[in-house]
Parts: sequence; structure tokens; C-alpha cells
Amino acid sequence: MDRQGNTYTFLYASVMVIVVAAILAFLAQSLKPMQDKNAAVAKKMDILKSVQIESTAANAEEKYNKYIGENAYVLDINGEKKPGLEAFTVDLAKEVKKGDDERAYPIYECKLDNGQTKYIIPVRGKGLWGPIWGYVSLDDDKNTVFGATFGHKGETPGLGAEITTDMFQKPFTGKKLFDENGQFASIEVVKKGQSQGDLHKVDGISGGTITSVGVGTMLEDCLSGYEKFLKN
Amino acid sequence: MSSEKEPLFSAKNLKLITTPLGAQNPITIQVLGICSALAVTVKLEPAIVLSISVMFVTVFSNLIISLLRNTIPARIRIIVQLVVVASLVIIVDQVLKAFAYEVSLQLSVFVGLIITNCIIMGRLEAFALGNKPWPSVLDGIGNGAGYGFILIVVAFFRELLGTGFLTLPGLGAIQIVPDVFYQWGYANNGFMILPPMALVVVGIIIWVQRSRNKDLIES
Repeated sequence: MDRQGNTYTFLYASVMVIVVAAILAFLAQSLKPMQDKNAAVAKKMDILKSVQIESTAANAEEKYNKYIGENAYVLDINGEKKPGLEAFTVDLAKEVKKGDDERAYPIYECKLDNGQTKYIIPVRGKGLWGPIWGYVSLDDDKNTVFGATFGHKGETPGLGAEITTDMFQKPFTGKKLFDENGQFASIEVVKKGQSQGDLHKVDGISGGTITSVGVGTMLEDCLSGYEKFLKN
Repeated sequence: MSSEKEPLFSAKNLKLITTPLGAQNPITIQVLGICSALAVTVKLEPAIVLSISVMFVTVFSNLIISLLRNTIPARIRIIVQLVVVASLVIIVDQVLKAFAYEVSLQLSVFVGLIITNCIIMGRLEAFALGNKPWPSVLDGIGNGAGYGFILIVVAFFRELLGTGFLTLPGLGAIQIVPDVFYQWGYANNGFMILPPMALVVVGIIIWVQRSRNKDLIES
């Protein structure tokens, strides 16, 4: 067959694409269970990190079971438990697209070694390039932030990606979700240096404004649904 | 085919491995693949993993393209190369996610960006399309190693001087600079872990290499 002809070229391209697709599909399928397990372990490490428990891939499972275990449930907008749902497997990416009333609101209760109870709320929103997410832990007054940790899919390294650093996350500790009148005030991420002394503001990242603001919007959007639960 | 078979590691073949390490180094001489060399050299571990990944891709893409070289229609050869490279990169990415999850998070987009690493397409066009499989594999090893070697050297100095630690795959972070040094007043150079220093370190390597090998200096 003429190697430079159209028929040959088309045939060649088609066969190549089918073969490659088959190989990759097979590979992706066979590696998926391991990848899912890694992702679950990473999620547990993130959850634990929000209550300032450091863990490694090797002991995350064990520590998660020790501190949280079965104490995770799903709430509805009224703060009532939604039966039949497991907090850990709720896909927040899908939930945030639903209306406030239909959303499932997962929450993790964590008993620390010193006997204190912390509430961990997962959040998810939009950064500049893609999704951002995180975990916010509250003291047992259900108002004061105990810790926060954030992650992102593809924010700019050195700018938006800095939301994963301690520098950005540490200042959340001690901030409050409700103002003196008991109104939900959330926590806003503002221009660097403008948050001083304000219990509802945290410094953003210079050059990472859209991601910073995205964090603020994400907190407002995801935490407001817990209002009824937190006020009880 | 000639009746006298060339030995597998003849002088000519060995040269395919050694020249990219030195006089034809893809980073310091051809200035290819700089982008990832700057981005993933903050720590030693991701640099090592990316080096191995790139080497895997250069070796196997060279091999596959060389095996196919007589069948590839000339008009779509770049597309064929791209499909082969992209598939290999997806394989690397998937395998890393399954077996080295944390490193894969650190490398994030840079694994995917191996596809656009000019070294790979460059070697396919310049070498694998016109040579037999075995020399192509050696060429892939050579160029992958030449790239990885520079990456690892840069990462070694950046992490050591920037943090005092070295992270090795499987061993975690190991403190290299002893505590007494800090008591004597030694301080880590935080600038080393910022991106501009990668450029400076690569520049120093190029300088050292050129001053040792006068042939490399353009007239």
C-alpha cells in the first residue's frame, strides 16, 4: 500500500488511536482502586490537619479512626441529621452545585486527646484556575475557628497556591463565624494588611487575589448552610 | 544488514549515552527543558522522580518511534510522535498517582508537562525517526540522564543550601547541616528555594562546564 496515500494515513491514525485508547483505558481501570485509596488517605490527612493533628500516609487511617471514627454525619439545611448518607463519601463538588435546601452538609466530630470536641466542616469553591477546597475546624462553642486547611487543583505556584501554606492558614485560628449579635458573618479574605484585629477578616495573598477572594466566597457559601446547626 | 554485527555497547553506541551527559547536554548546552528544571528543583525527591519519569518517556518514546519509523506516514509523523509521548506521560502520571501519591501531588502539572518537554520531541525528530531501535534506546537513556543529572545537581544545591535538609525517595527529609553549624551562626539561604535561584544555579553549572571545556565556547 502507498505509505504516503490518504487511505494509509487515515487507517494508520485510526488504528493507532484505538490501540492507544485501549491500553490507557485498561491501565486507568486497573490502577483506579489504588489511586482511590491514596486519595481517601490524603483526605483523612487533610481532615486531621484542620484540627492540628499531623499524620503520615502510613498512620492517617489509624489516627482518623481514633479521633473521628464513626463520629461523622450529614446534616440538612435545618441542622437535622440526614439519614442514609456517609459524611466521608459525600461528593462536595456535586453538593455545592445544588440549591441550599437540597444540599447535604457533612460534618466531622473530633475528640481530641485533651477531651475537647472540635467540629470539622469541609468546604469547596472556585479559585482562579480550578476548584479549591478545604476543612475548617471549630471549637465546641461552634463559633471560634480552631484551624483551617486548604487545597487546590491548579492555582499558580507562588501566588494562589500559597493558600496551602501555614502563612495563609494560621491566621484563621481564633477568628469567629458569628458576630456579637449572633448573626452569621463568615470570614472574609481581604487585601494583605487590612485584617488587623478584625475577627471576621483574614489577610489574603498579594498577587493571588482571585484565589484569596475565592477562599472567602467558598467559606461564606459552604459555612452558611450550617448556621442552624451551629447556633444550637 | 551487515553480516558483522555491531557489539551492543560499541564505542559508537556508548557515545550516544555519554555525549548528552556532557558536551551535548540538553539543558546546559541545548538549553531545552529549562522550564521544568526551574520548577521542580526545590527539593531533591521530586527532582529525582521527574528525572526518572522523563527518562522513562525518552527511552520508550524513542524505542516505539524507532520501531515504527518505517511505517509512519510522513505527513502525520508529528501527530504520531505526540500520541506516543502523550500516552507514555499518561502512563507515568497514572502510575505515580497509584504508587507515589504525595510526590505526584508535588509534581502536579509538571508530569503532564513532560509532553511539552522539547527534549523528547527533539530526540524523536532528530534521532529515533532515522535510527534503529537499540541506538535509539541508548540515545533516550543518554538524554534522559543528561536532563536528570542537571536537575538533580540543581535540586541538591538548592535544597541543601536553602533548607539544610535533603529529601530522598523512601527516606524522607534528612538533616545534612548539623545543628552546631547553626549555633555557630550559619543560616540557611532562603533565597535558594525561590525560583530565580534555579536559573542562577543552572547558569553556574553552564559557566563551570564551559570553562572546563573550551570547545563549547562560541567564537
